[in-house]
Amino acid sequence: LGHGSGGRLSADLVGRVFLPEFGNEVLSALEDAATLTIDPRGEATRDQANRIAFTTDSFVVKPLFFPGGDIGKLAVHGTVNDLAVSGAQPLYLSAAFILEEGFQIDPLRRIVRSMRQACAAAGVALVTGDTKVVDRGKGDQIFITTTGIGVHRVDRDLSIHNARPGDAVIVSGTIGDHGITIMSTREGIEFETALESDTAPLNGLVEAMLEACPTIRAMRDPTRGGVSSTLNELAVASHVGIVLDEASLPVKPAVHSACEMLGLDPLYVANEGKLIAVVPGDRAEPLVEVMRRHPLGRDAAVIGRVVSEHPAMVVLRNAIGGQRVVSLLAGEQLPRIC
Amino acid sequence: AESGPSGARQRLAITVTGVVQGVGFRPFIHTLALRFGLSGSVKNHSGEVRIQVQGEPTMLTGFLDGLRSQAPGLSSIDRLDWTEIPVRPETGFAILPSDEEGTAGQIFVSPDLATCPACRRELFDPSDRRYRYAFLNCTDCGPRLTIIRRAPYDRGNTTMAGFEMCDCCRAEYSDPANRRFHAQPVACPECGPQLTLLDDQGVALDSSDPIDAFVDKLRCGGIGALKGLGGYHLVAAATNAMAIDRLRQRKQRDEKPFAVMVRDAAVAAAYCHLSSAERERLVCRQRPIVLLTARSEGLGVRAPRPISDLVAPDNPNLGVMLPYTPLHELLFQAWGDEPLVMTSGNRSDEPIAFEDADAIDRLRGIADLFLVHNRPIRVRCDDSVTRVVGDSERPVRRSRGYAPLPITLPFDCPVPMLAVGGQLKNVFALARGDKAFLSHHIGDLDHLEAYRAFVSDVRLYEQLFDIKPNLIAHDLHPDYQSTIYAEQRHRDEAMRLLPVQHHHAHLASCLAEHGLVGNAIGVVFDGSGYGMDGSVWGGEFLVGGYATADRVAFLRPVRLPGGDRAAREPWRMALSYLHDAGCQSEWWVTEHLARFHPTPGDESLRLTRQMIQRGLNSPWTSSAGRLFDAVAALLGIRQTISFEGQAAMQLEALAWQCSSDRSYSSGTISNASLGSKHAMSGREPPVSESAERWSPGSCPEVIDTRPLIRAVVADIRRGTPAVTVARQFHNTLAIMISDKCAEIARCVELDRVVLSGGVFMNALLSQLVEEKLISKNLRVYQHHRVPANDGGLALGQVAVAAHRLLDS
Ligand SMILES: [Fe+3]
Ligand SMILES: [Mg+2]
Ligand SMILES: [Zn+2]
Ligand SMILES: [Zn+2]
Repeated sequence: LGHGSGGRLSADLVGRVFLPEFGNEVLSALEDAATLTIDPRGEATRDQANRIAFTTDSFVVKPLFFPGGDIGKLAVHGTVNDLAVSGAQPLYLSAAFILEEGFQIDPLRRIVRSMRQACAAAGVALVTGDTKVVDRGKGDQIFITTTGIGVHRVDRDLSIHNARPGDAVIVSGTIGDHGITIMSTREGIEFETALESDTAPLNGLVEAMLEACPTIRAMRDPTRGGVSSTLNELAVASHVGIVLDEASLPVKPAVHSACEMLGLDPLYVANEGKLIAVVPGDRAEPLVEVMRRHPLGRDAAVIGRVVSEHPAMVVLRNAIGGQRVVSLLAGEQLPRIC
Repeated sequence: AESGPSGARQRLAITVTGVVQGVGFRPFIHTLALRFGLSGSVKNHSGEVRIQVQGEPTMLTGFLDGLRSQAPGLSSIDRLDWTEIPVRPETGFAILPSDEEGTAGQIFVSPDLATCPACRRELFDPSDRRYRYAFLNCTDCGPRLTIIRRAPYDRGNTTMAGFEMCDCCRAEYSDPANRRFHAQPVACPECGPQLTLLDDQGVALDSSDPIDAFVDKLRCGGIGALKGLGGYHLVAAATNAMAIDRLRQRKQRDEKPFAVMVRDAAVAAAYCHLSSAERERLVCRQRPIVLLTARSEGLGVRAPRPISDLVAPDNPNLGVMLPYTPLHELLFQAWGDEPLVMTSGNRSDEPIAFEDADAIDRLRGIADLFLVHNRPIRVRCDDSVTRVVGDSERPVRRSRGYAPLPITLPFDCPVPMLAVGGQLKNVFALARGDKAFLSHHIGDLDHLEAYRAFVSDVRLYEQLFDIKPNLIAHDLHPDYQSTIYAEQRHRDEAMRLLPVQHHHAHLASCLAEHGLVGNAIGVVFDGSGYGMDGSVWGGEFLVGGYATADRVAFLRPVRLPGGDRAAREPWRMALSYLHDAGCQSEWWVTEHLARFHPTPGDESLRLTRQMIQRGLNSPWTSSAGRLFDAVAALLGIRQTISFEGQAAMQLEALAWQCSSDRSYSSGTISNASLGSKHAMSGREPPVSESAERWSPGSCPEVIDTRPLIRAVVADIRRGTPAVTVARQFHNTLAIMISDKCAEIARCVELDRVVLSGGVFMNALLSQLVEEKLISKNLRVYQHHRVPANDGGLALGQVAVAAHRLLDS
């Protein structure tokens, strides 16, 4: 069960079951999107135009409709964003639907319409698809899988293996909005201030960032498992430590108080329209300025730095200088106080 | 020396293991052999002491007796073996140099021990060359674990390496007859560490007498930072409310009690009730902090100035310790009879500072003055904390003075192993053969500093005791930092992993420290532990031993609204229990909750109720600790806490004030309902079925806490005084526990009951339960060497892992 929560159990499943069978150079890098060089004649080429990004993702979410979005939007944005943070320009999408028998046509129409709008807004075309229907009880209303292809216009080597001591860690906006919205909507819990998912296509923002700062080392979208999972993966892959500054984490007051109430740490809550970027320290502030000019980067902030101490560990530094370990959880947040 | 006719002579080869190195053992042997007119030699060999002695049989017998009965105070003989070997021509007795070959034997490192009487006499003897020298020590006392960098325990391998001995010190160090023979930290004012006084910015001050200047600052209500044995302390006059208030504000510690240090046991007795057992713990060489009951009035003979209420707010107990280093002795000589707050040098609940630069960095802004020295601390070692219940000791924290002495196990570990302990109050253990070396208190692994100490000190212990573990026992909880560490070493070094369920480890820990083998009934009550079924356990009745244990009964699970947040906010648990028992909560909100500041607003209450109903981030828990929290909140004692166990401690303190032996009718809680997994849907409490079953076919019993909650609620609404309710709650729980144990005992034909888990730090509960169990002809075992809380977990992990391995 916990294998889908984006924590250590997911990583474990991938490492133990999938990589041993499928393992190849591209897959084993475990980036959000695969970067491939394709030449129609099957010959090796350094031609940029032939360097593409390729990714796939499945979407299961409850409820299907929530403040700020729906499963269709998520399915488009998720794949668009995985391509975008790999540095590619997303171009084409496929979509496969698994419908449970009895799922109504109306909600399906709404979802499809929403996907069309999301594609248009992100500037991608949905060019192929598939639909299957499973028996009642054999699925949960609707599952969507999207696959995307993008192209690398410029030669950039963005990778979670690239972070170095001295780099800065940037987040593009407030964290935890999506996960808390989904959870409260699903459980019918209403907070005083309305919450909204942050789901959004990040390719426009990424384009602006890459233009302004060609030396960006890595980007990731901190979806399942939240910012903590993404940063832990980064710290392990680059064999560096990361120190987050608690006071600089952008969290909406409503999300903050909801987290306090629910006993959740926003660092572990999912986002669907945010990215984490690692850049050389001296490039951080100018880049944040650029990001803030983009509607999706209004709340961008430097949240931490990459250090050589405590490699493979992420640490949160509070106002009085205390440093807490931000570990990669196995699954859900479980009580530890004895 | 000439002996009698050669025909009558014998020669023995003797091997002694235990704490026998660096404790004055060889000079002792030397003196003893000469006393009995024996020839031969003594040497250290791989952690053992090897002796050959030759002489008349009666003299040899006398020597062996003396070896056992007169060994130096710091030593502890674990084994003594001898064989007869051929006599050889020989005169005199020699101390031979240590063998430097492989270290296959059991190596023991001594803990740090309080200044011995002989050194103390020198300290205050104006004619002694070490008069008022803050770093004097001998083979019988002084720093050990805190200064060791690697084995073997030689000066060059300690933080004393940088101090070149002067001729006088070297002469003492080299003289087998001297009590400083091979005392590695030996030093004097000529050649050893020195004190320095620093201002509030950490800049050195010129001072002819740093101690006097320090004391002057304390007299004006100042806060001092004192570099001690295992870390920095913050020091302030315990009788000065303004100083203590300032300390609390600067340290950002609102209510957690501060420990005090007093000059001697007489001063302690003036401020606290002191039984002879308590006095004995206070003056023992480990010098732990002893939790004593404070006198409500200045009843002492010296009619002392009262300690500020801010030292231990709302707490009937006071943690008291006596000076344990020469520096402390000098401090109190200058200061006098009043108590000094002596609390860990840190902010809030961070690990205690011990590295100089870091300490000054972290304590700047808290301390007005620093009294430091230039002997580095290698191992951060917190003060130990202990409590005496009846006549027996109940350790709260086993650290300085105790670690790293091993606990002897009633079995042999099949392979060398590492047990990584829990998440909070972490202590790890290395084990080989029948010895488990429990570490000093590492602390909460959430803190990077504590985790770093954990990683580095595990390696240090592996080197010190020459144990290369090939198995790691860890808690079942996937997100304990210790578990994550274990997994990492498993990946990096292919060490075998063995997960141990939290409460099973608690049970095994208590069995192991009592040297028990076979099965027992285990009552394990604590805050929370990861259960076999993935839910949160904490009020468990187990039956089993080291290899396996079955969960036979547990407290009825309720929601833990907000996970760990519910442990910090007892009002959440009150709502959860009220909801579970079908009780109204509005009356409680208006009469009790609303009186507290900050009061959770209507919004919070509404949301928490929703979380409980829907189970949103509200896992099921059978936690006994949270039941105490709920009752404390219901009584309006505590709605939020600022340190672990605060609500339960206040509830206990109230209960002590009432001597009633009444309980809520026994039917209220012992009337258990049988848990059946079939009756439980997804929204019902989970009942473990497959994981740990009592006996084939039967599910564990669920002990219904609802009638108890209803009775407590009815009593509170009736206006019954809080002390009475608190007492009756304790009484009822004690009856429930003992009845349940008696019932289980009949079923499984066992008469041994082990009490473990942090809830049994509650002296009243543990005393009541013990009395009731004894009256039912059951034998009771409680922790007396390792803490009942998670500080004792690693010992249990060792025991379980060893037996799982032996069984497989
Ligand atoms: Fe525990
Ligand atoms: Mg993805
Ligand atoms: Zn001494
Ligand atoms: Zn000297």
